[in-house]
Amino acid sequence: MTDATMPTGTPRKASSSELVAASLKRRRRKQTRLQWIGLGAISIAFGMLFILVASLVSSGWTAFTQTHITLSVYVDPEEVPLKRLPRGGFDDVLAVSVAKMLPGTDMSVRATAKSVEGILSKGAQFKLRDMVVADPGLIGQSVTLKVPVSDPFDQLNKGLIDRDTPDEFRRVKNTEIAWFDTLKDQGAISKPFNWALFTNADSRFPELAGLKGALVGSFWALLTCFLIAFPLGIGAAIYLEEFAPRNRFSDLIEVNINNLAAVPSVVFGLLALAVFIGWFGLPRSAPFVGGLTLALMTMPTIIIATRAALKAVPPSIREAALGLGASKQQVVFQHVLPLAMPGVLTGTIIGLAQALGETAPLLLIGMNAFITSAANSPFDSATALPTQIFIWADSPERGFVSRTSAAILVLLGFLVMMNAVAIYLRQKFERKW
Amino acid sequence: MNDMRKIERDVKMTDTKITARGVNVHYGDTHAIKDVDVDIADKTVTAFIGPSGCGKSTFLRCLNRMNDTIDICRVQGDIRLDGQDIYDKRVDPVQLRAKVGMVFQKPNPFPKSIYDNIAYGPRIHGLARSKADLDVIVEKSLRRGAIWDEVKDRLDQPGTGLSGGQQQRLCIARAIATEPEVLLMDEPCSALDPIATAQVEELIDELRRDYSVVVVTHSMQQAARVSQNTAFFHLGHLVEFNVTDQIFTNPQDSRTESYITGRIG
Repeated sequence: MTDATMPTGTPRKASSSELVAASLKRRRRKQTRLQWIGLGAISIAFGMLFILVASLVSSGWTAFTQTHITLSVYVDPEEVPLKRLPRGGFDDVLAVSVAKMLPGTDMSVRATAKSVEGILSKGAQFKLRDMVVADPGLIGQSVTLKVPVSDPFDQLNKGLIDRDTPDEFRRVKNTEIAWFDTLKDQGAISKPFNWALFTNADSRFPELAGLKGALVGSFWALLTCFLIAFPLGIGAAIYLEEFAPRNRFSDLIEVNINNLAAVPSVVFGLLALAVFIGWFGLPRSAPFVGGLTLALMTMPTIIIATRAALKAVPPSIREAALGLGASKQQVVFQHVLPLAMPGVLTGTIIGLAQALGETAPLLLIGMNAFITSAANSPFDSATALPTQIFIWADSPERGFVSRTSAAILVLLGFLVMMNAVAIYLRQKFERKW
Repeated sequence: MNDMRKIERDVKMTDTKITARGVNVHYGDTHAIKDVDVDIADKTVTAFIGPSGCGKSTFLRCLNRMNDTIDICRVQGDIRLDGQDIYDKRVDPVQLRAKVGMVFQKPNPFPKSIYDNIAYGPRIHGLARSKADLDVIVEKSLRRGAIWDEVKDRLDQPGTGLSGGQQQRLCIARAIATEPEVLLMDEPCSALDPIATAQVEELIDELRRDYSVVVVTHSMQQAARVSQNTAFFHLGHLVEFNVTDQIFTNPQDSRTESYITGRIG
């Protein structure tokens, strides 16, 4: 229909191209708005993440260094007689050698002696004791020793204690600050990287507390979790996806597995407490039990991920193998599962990463115990990274504030690493048809 | 000698490889195949033609029990391979499929090397006693699949890296590596360009010497070119089954005539 054929007098109808042009403007506006909303959402998400990490780093970075004092210690045979080993007055020996570096301190005054001794970490005497026990020939000689200072002086050295606070409100008194400055002027104070954070287990004293026990506990728990959840999860997924008949019963199982993935973790903890510890009589606080509990939680994730990966394998591959006379089992294990493996592994690692960060069920089975040595087997008592964070966050000493943040950073580091491995595997084994 | 063999082959052409009687297939409530009777001759290419959704592929998949893998599919009737009922309880579909090979519409090589693609069937069926045996089977199959010259230098490369036409010939070679007696082809050329199609058609004609070949095709020209017998399916019925020349020059049924002259389908 052209304009010429239109009867005169009737209003001219807009042509479709004009209508399109008009709507185009509106559609563009909509798209621009959507893009801005998307950008806004992403910036807010990144902003939150940045705030989280920045606050953790700003409070946690100080825990990655530890103030140490270097001492020349005379192992006095009178305080540490050979026949009394491994007992002896190691603390007094250390206190005397500190006092030697502080002119004008009178060690005969009990309060002063106590304060001087308080500069050193409580762990210092044990370090000296272990040295002497290992080599009794040191008795009567001078040894150079580098030991951590106690938490208040560590805080002071890191500038976390305000020197302008009135003396009575400050943990470190004016005289003690003067001593510390004297020691610092003598070059005895150093602040190296805090290896103890990774090589020590937990301790009551923040300057000695480390994550080794938690790392080892988490390792055993995750290993148990993987060894149980991975084969069981894949087996269940293969059966449900490839072999199970489709009927009411399998529908019911499917719904329940999906529900299981959404069950709050604390419920799994209670279940584990009742069944594994109460009924089976497995030891409390053991990473093995923790691993079993985490396996219960990880299994639905692995099953769901594996089923999705199996479903994603093109049917043409199954048909090709079936058409050649492969049995169902051969089709699944020789063709479908290998092709689904990247997806399966990705799902498993993401499930394990979740398990690594899981706290509530571990609290219920007692993996938040105060344990000062790393577990040697999955049946020893242990803590895990998240529960260690929980314990430290609960501790009143100033030194644990930065250590809590540091432990969170370590946990986040592991999570990022695991997710990076998942992404790497997915990209490496991704196949195109 | 040569004449003798030719005569022998001609005699064999009249042998019936597969007999189907009263075959009905249901997908849930849908009646997909209605009472089909057909005889498929040995050493012959039989073409199934018909419009989309007429049931020709479904019927083809009954011949090696591929429909067993579909839960809602029910097959009734009598299908015999060399006189043996293939739907008998004692027949293992796995064994049947080793005897009745299949080539699919879309080339579907395994994402493995060319060698492993061919060797897979013989391996699972235990046809090769040694690596040397397997090498022989692979070479023979690739030669019969008319693709040996193109891939002989890259047997260790993935089969998925070949062109579409090469992939389809690889799939045919893979199917014949298990020494089947019947080769079912479900629209083997529909995803290929004309040159690759011509190569595959030539290959089908070659394969007729050793196998009974059944080809499902959309293309009537292809049916006319490669087949000796043609079956025309329409809405689940086998409308007409005859020698190919007869179907195309002198169809007995008006529906067949309408289809081949392009009025339906």
